[in-house]
Amino acid sequence: MKYWSIVKSGLVRKRARTTLTILSIAVAFTLFALGRSVAVAFTSEVDFAGEDRLIVSSQLSFTQALPLGMKQRILALDGVDKVVYRQWFGGTYIDPRNYFPKWPVPNDFFDVYPEFKVPEEAKEAFSRNIMGMIAAKDIADKYGWKVGDRIPIIADIWPKSDGSVWEFDLVGTYEGGEGGEVYFNWKYFDEARAYENGQVGQFAVKVKDASQAESVAKSIDLLFANSSNETKTSTEAAFARAFAEQVGDIGFIINSVLAASFFTILLLTGNTMSQAVRERTSELGVLKSIGFSDVTVMSFILYESVVLCFLGALLGLLVAASLFPFFAEISISFAGEIKFGYSIIISAFLVAFLTAAVSGVVPAFSALRLNVVDALRKN
Amino acid sequence: MSNNLIEVDAINKTYERGGETLVVLDDLSLNVPENDFLALMGPSGSGKSTLLNLIGGLDSPTSGSVRIKGDRLEKMSASALSNWRASNVGFIFQFYNLLPVLTANKNVELPLLLTNLSSSKRKEQVATVLNLVGLDDRGGHKPNELSGGQQQRVAIARALVSDPAILVCDEPTGDLDRETATEILELLQILNRDLGKTILMVTHDPVAADAAKRILYLDKGKLTES
Repeated sequence: MKYWSIVKSGLVRKRARTTLTILSIAVAFTLFALGRSVAVAFTSEVDFAGEDRLIVSSQLSFTQALPLGMKQRILALDGVDKVVYRQWFGGTYIDPRNYFPKWPVPNDFFDVYPEFKVPEEAKEAFSRNIMGMIAAKDIADKYGWKVGDRIPIIADIWPKSDGSVWEFDLVGTYEGGEGGEVYFNWKYFDEARAYENGQVGQFAVKVKDASQAESVAKSIDLLFANSSNETKTSTEAAFARAFAEQVGDIGFIINSVLAASFFTILLLTGNTMSQAVRERTSELGVLKSIGFSDVTVMSFILYESVVLCFLGALLGLLVAASLFPFFAEISISFAGEIKFGYSIIISAFLVAFLTAAVSGVVPAFSALRLNVVDALRKN
Repeated sequence: MSNNLIEVDAINKTYERGGETLVVLDDLSLNVPENDFLALMGPSGSGKSTLLNLIGGLDSPTSGSVRIKGDRLEKMSASALSNWRASNVGFIFQFYNLLPVLTANKNVELPLLLTNLSSSKRKEQVATVLNLVGLDDRGGHKPNELSGGQQQRVAIARALVSDPAILVCDEPTGDLDRETATEILELLQILNRDLGKTILMVTHDPVAADAAKRILYLDKGKLTES
């Protein structure tokens, strides 16, 4: 640490440049921390801890339908409390820009999703009215829907057998959950659709004991192993991630974007350090004339690079930590619950060290090779 | 046993420039006894600074030997030469060459960072040499807050702080006005006379050279005594 004054002198020599470089590195590390929190969720194993609800979909693809008859077999398994089902509907309300998920569900669907606060009268109306629809309050407010309105939905995946437009009666709204979705009566959907009647998209299984979730998931998949409808049972978070990965390998995409940003940071830091060495040629010559060895002078440059990158990483992580609650809220719909764990902090500092080493090595080597007589002549 | 502190024996220094061999020092020999104050004069390109760099262990001769207190500099590795410089020689440059963002105290402390002295001991020694050069009240100032003469005094303090036997001065008054230059030369004389430092000074200025005990002239790589 006795050399700190020399290292610090290199960093504060051009304060504006050092500050801007640290801020650039900080931005990269903010992206790194937030991006990695999502990428880790997409690349890690399914975590069943604390989950009391499972999603059963086809082993082949979650777009592959499963026979409704499987419900009773799942329900008969030990540890299973309730089983409901749903099907991704797609469809368009007036204009394709009016996007919101729509699901045909059975009447008892909300028993498995108690976080959706559905008024009792709405549940009753939903079971009575075969064309019934329950919408998230934010969706109803957005489009100005009122209970009793008839809502037309243009089919894309699921046309009606008679070719007419789907129409649903809004019987109530719900609050809670993640919001933003619309549910309509399964019976109507299943009877009126043109094909795949009696097939469901996924089953949602409520387990009696959350600590048994993993073993129940295994039992379900074992039950249908080697059948024509093999299943893949996972948590809702894992299913949401699989759903999001329709657009591609999200983990790979995020990691690629992060790698590109770090390559830029590498060039930026390397350029800053190279400029710093060029500007200080005579000062480095003086240090060598005083008796600092070539290797010691080289280590000053590497040390500077490490300090720059670590300060940037620290600042970036602090910003990421402060933004994380908002980010986690936004990303929960497609990535499930994400964590800002120690592994992200440790990997950020490892990346910072690597960035410092790689970006500092060329200028540091220049400093090592600097001829003291030539350096002193640069004055 | 010779009482010469510095023995330069038949050195040659040549450079290759554009396919031609440029002879800077030509079979030059020089003995400098302990406590000498030697001025080296000569036209530009005569090899004065090159000779100074060889004696200061900053450069090595093409042939010949440079022996200081019995140590053969041309035989030393780069790291051994760095260690040797740290404890045997102090450099004073024309443009002071202070680190601009460090205070006078920190600039003077630099050579002591290479020793095992404690922080408090280093501070003590820095205060002593700054007092010696008459700048004990300027330790907290950065170079741009000091005059040219004061900056050169800081540079002298930095050269002195590790108590080297030899001070190598390359045009130490070249950037100063006459009055300030005289003060600096008087300070060098004190260091030579009272502290026993052996001083080698390159200068173009005859007035500065007069402050030395003897003057040598260098022309086309060869020495002549005045």
